Amino acid sequence: MPLTLYEKIFNRHVVREDNDTYLIYIDRHLIHEVTSPQAFEGLRIANRPIWRTNSILAVPDHNVPTTDRKKGILDPISKIQVDTLDSNCDEYKLTQFKMNDQRQGIVHVIGPEQGSTLPGMTIVCGDSHTSTHGAFGALAMGIGTSEVEHVLATQCLIVRKFKTMQINVNGSTGEYITAKDIALDIIGKIGTAGGTGYAIEFSGSAIRDLSMEGRMTLCNMAIEAGSRAGLVGVDLKTINYLKDRPFSPKGELWKQAVDNWKELISDKDAIFDKVIDIDASLIEPQVTWGTSPEMVCGIKEKIPNPSEQKKESNKKGYDQALKYMGLKAGMSITDITIDKVFIGSCTNSRIEDLRAAAHIVNEKKIAKNIILALVVPGSGLVKIQAESEGLDKIFIKAGFEWRDPGCSMCLAMNADRLEPGERCASTSNRNFEGRQGQGGRTHLVSPQMAAAAAIHGKFIDVRDLE
Amino acid sequence: MLPIVNHEGIVIPLDRSNVDTDAIIPKQFLKSIKKSGFGPNLFDEWRYLDQGEPGKESVSRKPNPEFVLNKPQYVKGTVLLTRENFGCGSSREHAPWALLDYGIRIILAPSFADIFYGNCFKNGILPIVISKDLTNILFDKAQSAEGLKLLIDLEKQIIIDGPYNYNFDIDAFKKYCLLEGLDDIGLTLKHSEDIKSFENNYHGQFPWLTK
Repeated sequence: MPLTLYEKIFNRHVVREDNDTYLIYIDRHLIHEVTSPQAFEGLRIANRPIWRTNSILAVPDHNVPTTDRKKGILDPISKIQVDTLDSNCDEYKLTQFKMNDQRQGIVHVIGPEQGSTLPGMTIVCGDSHTSTHGAFGALAMGIGTSEVEHVLATQCLIVRKFKTMQINVNGSTGEYITAKDIALDIIGKIGTAGGTGYAIEFSGSAIRDLSMEGRMTLCNMAIEAGSRAGLVGVDLKTINYLKDRPFSPKGELWKQAVDNWKELISDKDAIFDKVIDIDASLIEPQVTWGTSPEMVCGIKEKIPNPSEQKKESNKKGYDQALKYMGLKAGMSITDITIDKVFIGSCTNSRIEDLRAAAHIVNEKKIAKNIILALVVPGSGLVKIQAESEGLDKIFIKAGFEWRDPGCSMCLAMNADRLEPGERCASTSNRNFEGRQGQGGRTHLVSPQMAAAAAIHGKFIDVRDLE
Repeated sequence: MLPIVNHEGIVIPLDRSNVDTDAIIPKQFLKSIKKSGFGPNLFDEWRYLDQGEPGKESVSRKPNPEFVLNKPQYVKGTVLLTRENFGCGSSREHAPWALLDYGIRIILAPSFADIFYGNCFKNGILPIVISKDLTNILFDKAQSAEGLKLLIDLEKQIIIDGPYNYNFDIDAFKKYCLLEGLDDIGLTLKHSEDIKSFENNYHGQFPWLTK
């Protein structure tokens, strides 16, 4: 029987089955400081060992400051959390990149960067954006802290099978249209619950054309469509990206692995529970205007009118969102003035994202109304790479701040945040109320669109920027 | 984990769809390394007019009188009624910890986000998927002057509203764990030998995955 990529990976990992409830084996467990302390505490209370310590890679990312790291973490509560991760990793002898290690960064950036994410793996992390790693033809999903403890103790997860959805993005995207725009366009079409209960495989020529960074951006946003796992089939780009990474297999094992990885695509006649076709050529630069990633439109569009919505829940939801965002129905997106710009997060902080933003910013200055424009690289290694290309200088010259790696203003657990009422063009993944700081207003965009907004002071079609 | 068998409680109508886990428990409270103590900050940004910070005593805060949890008729509520896609966004288990710490044991909604739904069962909270029609009926009653009290019988899988009974579906394994208050790590470890033999075989087949 022809199988989908999801089914192939799933089947390899089934330890046992009981009434459609499966125990599946986990290859890689990524850990950060926010969702792990209670899991380690649970292990200690029950006196349980960790099943396979070398499956784990740990890194602090959510709480870490992005400036003056030599001074340590000033917020005492954040410091306790990061210190707790350090002591847990030391106690159980786990591989961790500590805050001042140059390999430190956002967990979903460093996994692939280190070759710790490999095709065919099951990968979990106590973080919903674990879906990112599916870009490598892996089954990667976010889990809660109880499940973190379960995987630590048993190397397994109790799951039911997802349904499968194939989203074909056919044709080619226009110039300056990025993986972020594809992701937001899809979410706008299927909604934030459209993928609930499904593993989504992204395919079609526009996906093949994406770099690995772009595929990570796309799979990262699968969770914003409600899907715990996004996947892209393995091709030469996947294999080339992983070659010679620190954790990637070497020598004879590499050859064996590559032979095996080539099978990690959906069979030609595989049947998906749902198939969606999207014409890539119609995708415009996307900007969210509301408080959910599905409240999104093209840069040339106007903010929709709540009273014209067919669904009753949308009328109310749109109304609440516009009130919170301080916007009016019918307003043009290009009339929205912004206060802050954030380029970073597990969605858009990789080298390609920084290159694309720097290309827009080069030889320009940020607009006078921009209070703060941040570039937060996804990892120490991304930062070093960007500096070797001179990108830091381009950003700094334009008026951006060039920071140390971490989650930063995507969720504002550290000092980087919006003040009440401030409006931000952000390359992150969630525009929920208060996400970037209480009362803050987030508009999700691609790195190019964020860079263009920083220069113009308002949203502008990056293709129209002189 | 606290088991649930029968639960009777006042229904709190939270009339919003797509309530995300950032709204359930804002990020500044995720810095705790404990599982308890999140209740006072449940729905913090909606519930209070001032900005909440860890360590700020809730008695010193300004409650938002418009928010449903602050209305006197719902103060003792333990059954949360809400709309589509409840619990979307971040995987933070602090969200069910906050709900439980506040006293919520049952959540009724037409749909839930996947990760949140699973997290509830690990913490003695029963999320129940109900039809849109029933959601509307229960909202009308819960928002009326009399309010609404429901009895939920997990064993029989029914929601009892006086003379009316509504059946609901639930995964058999999840139901069993919740009824017994079982820790599923202990259950999985009963299959340790299966896991070991799987692991040996698997690593023989895919030797590059042993590191």
